Amino acid sequence: MADANEPVSVVGIPSRVEYTYSPGRATTRFLRAIEQKRLMGQRCTGCGKVYIPPRGACPRCGLPTDEEVELTDKGTVVSFTVVRVPSENIQLELPYAAGSILLDGADIPFQALLRDVEVADVRPGMRVQAVWVDDAELQPSFTNIKWFHPIDEPDVPFEKFQEHL
Amino acid sequence: MRDVAIVSYAQTPYQSSVSAQNEVEMLMPILSEAVEKSGIPRKEIGFTCSGSTDYLAGQSFSFVMAVDALGAWPPIRESHVEMDGAWALYESWVKIQTGEVDSALIFSFGRQSMGDLPSVLCLQLDPYVLQPLHPDGISLAALQARALLDAGKSSEREWAQIAVRSRADAKDNPDALVKGDADVDAFLAESCVASPLRPHTLPPVTDGAAAMVIAAGDLARRVSEKPVWIRGIDHRLDPHMPGVRDLTVSPSTAKATEKAGGAAGVEVAELHAPFAPQEVILRDAMGLGSDVKINPSGGPLAAHPMMVAGLARIGEAARQIWGGKAGRALAHATQGPCLQQNLVTILEAD
Amino acid sequence: MSEPEPLSGPHVLEYTYKRSVGPVLGRFFTGLRDGRIEGVKTAGGRVLCPPMEHDPATGEATTDQWVEVGPGGEVKTWTWIAQPRKQHPLQKPFAFALVQLDGADSALLHAVDAGDEGRMSSGMRVKARFAEERSGRIEDIACFEPEDA
Repeated sequence: MADANEPVSVVGIPSRVEYTYSPGRATTRFLRAIEQKRLMGQRCTGCGKVYIPPRGACPRCGLPTDEEVELTDKGTVVSFTVVRVPSENIQLELPYAAGSILLDGADIPFQALLRDVEVADVRPGMRVQAVWVDDAELQPSFTNIKWFHPIDEPDVPFEKFQEHL
Repeated sequence: MRDVAIVSYAQTPYQSSVSAQNEVEMLMPILSEAVEKSGIPRKEIGFTCSGSTDYLAGQSFSFVMAVDALGAWPPIRESHVEMDGAWALYESWVKIQTGEVDSALIFSFGRQSMGDLPSVLCLQLDPYVLQPLHPDGISLAALQARALLDAGKSSEREWAQIAVRSRADAKDNPDALVKGDADVDAFLAESCVASPLRPHTLPPVTDGAAAMVIAAGDLARRVSEKPVWIRGIDHRLDPHMPGVRDLTVSPSTAKATEKAGGAAGVEVAELHAPFAPQEVILRDAMGLGSDVKINPSGGPLAAHPMMVAGLARIGEAARQIWGGKAGRALAHATQGPCLQQNLVTILEAD
Repeated sequence: MSEPEPLSGPHVLEYTYKRSVGPVLGRFFTGLRDGRIEGVKTAGGRVLCPPMEHDPATGEATTDQWVEVGPGGEVKTWTWIAQPRKQHPLQKPFAFALVQLDGADSALLHAVDAGDEGRMSSGMRVKARFAEERSGRIEDIACFEPEDA
């Protein structure tokens, strides 16, 4: 707070807005499935691409993604970053890695933590699998997947996933 | 100036809450409908512009996500305004005037039911001396309504009559939300939400979306049997701070009407008066006579999807012309506290 | 596909902005902190309170002439809020009003603690009630109250 005799130059003007948000049909279906430890993507009725998490539309075609596709919890790291700089928003021990993960059968990657691996060993093409919370803790939430960790499968060559960066 | 016409319009049925669809899911069917009706292949539409605000549902960058509904690949020319879709129409009209494109798709969307709209609207206010006191959207409209009463320019009975007329006309509009037979005296017996405003003078909480395709002269004539010509379009604004304005008049509406070509010869006017008393101010500013049919769609008292309701006025006025109910129509959109910003279009049949 | 009930959940947007207020509002807020309400003069001699950097009628910059206004004033228009929202300045029934302070030519929006709607009328006299603890912000005026209170 500025000195009580100084002219006022800065005023704290906070704002807060509260919502009850509904994410719609596609996201509801996805979250209801992940509550049962199932990963449901959706396929575009036009181009056939599979989106996970689905948002109900294919951004290439502008068409609904009405067909549901169940995917495994295994995938490939297509890109990654290592976080070394602390921030008040980060509760994890540094450094840690986060990756773009393309699930087998999906056409777009999503972001997730990568753990149980030295950050220096993380690489594109690395095969990974989801590590889930205990069944008793399952919720309609993406946080059911705690992180991905490496599995003992050969790396995928770049050419196989270069379209999905 | 290039001639520009509305060649198609589509809107969702308006609902008090759309929870089963996100914005993209809500938009896809009406975007497809508007494009299909336009007769212009989607990939040949030259420009796309949307109007929306993230604060309605609290979804950051929802306007970017909304592009998912377009099939924007290969990359399209696209823009967005943090305004009602009527201003997206204005930007699109200007884009066509530049000669760079011959057609445009305009859309807007809003799910205000996710939040508390009167409070959300505080975020549009001056942050220093207004916002901290939280004068919500209803309270500000009530200050304007009281000023109108004090000036002897309107009455609570007139507002109730406007609400009765709106709900009666809305019976013929399958997309309207609040409709039916109502009684002036029953309305006047309601208690006030923010005096002198009673519930029937307020816009209903409404979720929905609308889409429109416009095209330049020759293209419009080629694809449409009955293009609705935009003969004039203009928008003006009054000062933001309510304490420096005479709230009983709307100079910006008067100016925009004049610059859009004037209200002479207008048979139908779709006025975006979210609160019943504001219709009186708008009619006066535009100089509309008693022979002009106001809000045959039911107007904003029958459905008020925030960020959409202005574009919907233009779409509904075009529908009146397509339906043979009018040869010349005026459509108006507003934004900001107490009718601060106003856009007027004059529409005509061939 | 059978359709599950749409999920929904609480969601909060919160911004903790600090805003630099500039010389005009800075002087106004400094005055409020010190228990004084000031307006600024336009080139045409009108007094704006709250002060503005420009004259809304002409777009010209306002002058550096300041005038103490209020603390009394006249209600130009008002609305009675029987059920306050939790963000409202008073948590009991109150009025929002545009108050033209004595000596000013424009009106300030604020709350009026009148107790009862029957005491409110356009043209009524009110006076500012300052907050006990002030830091240089619009809430340094806690509210207005009827002058005959």
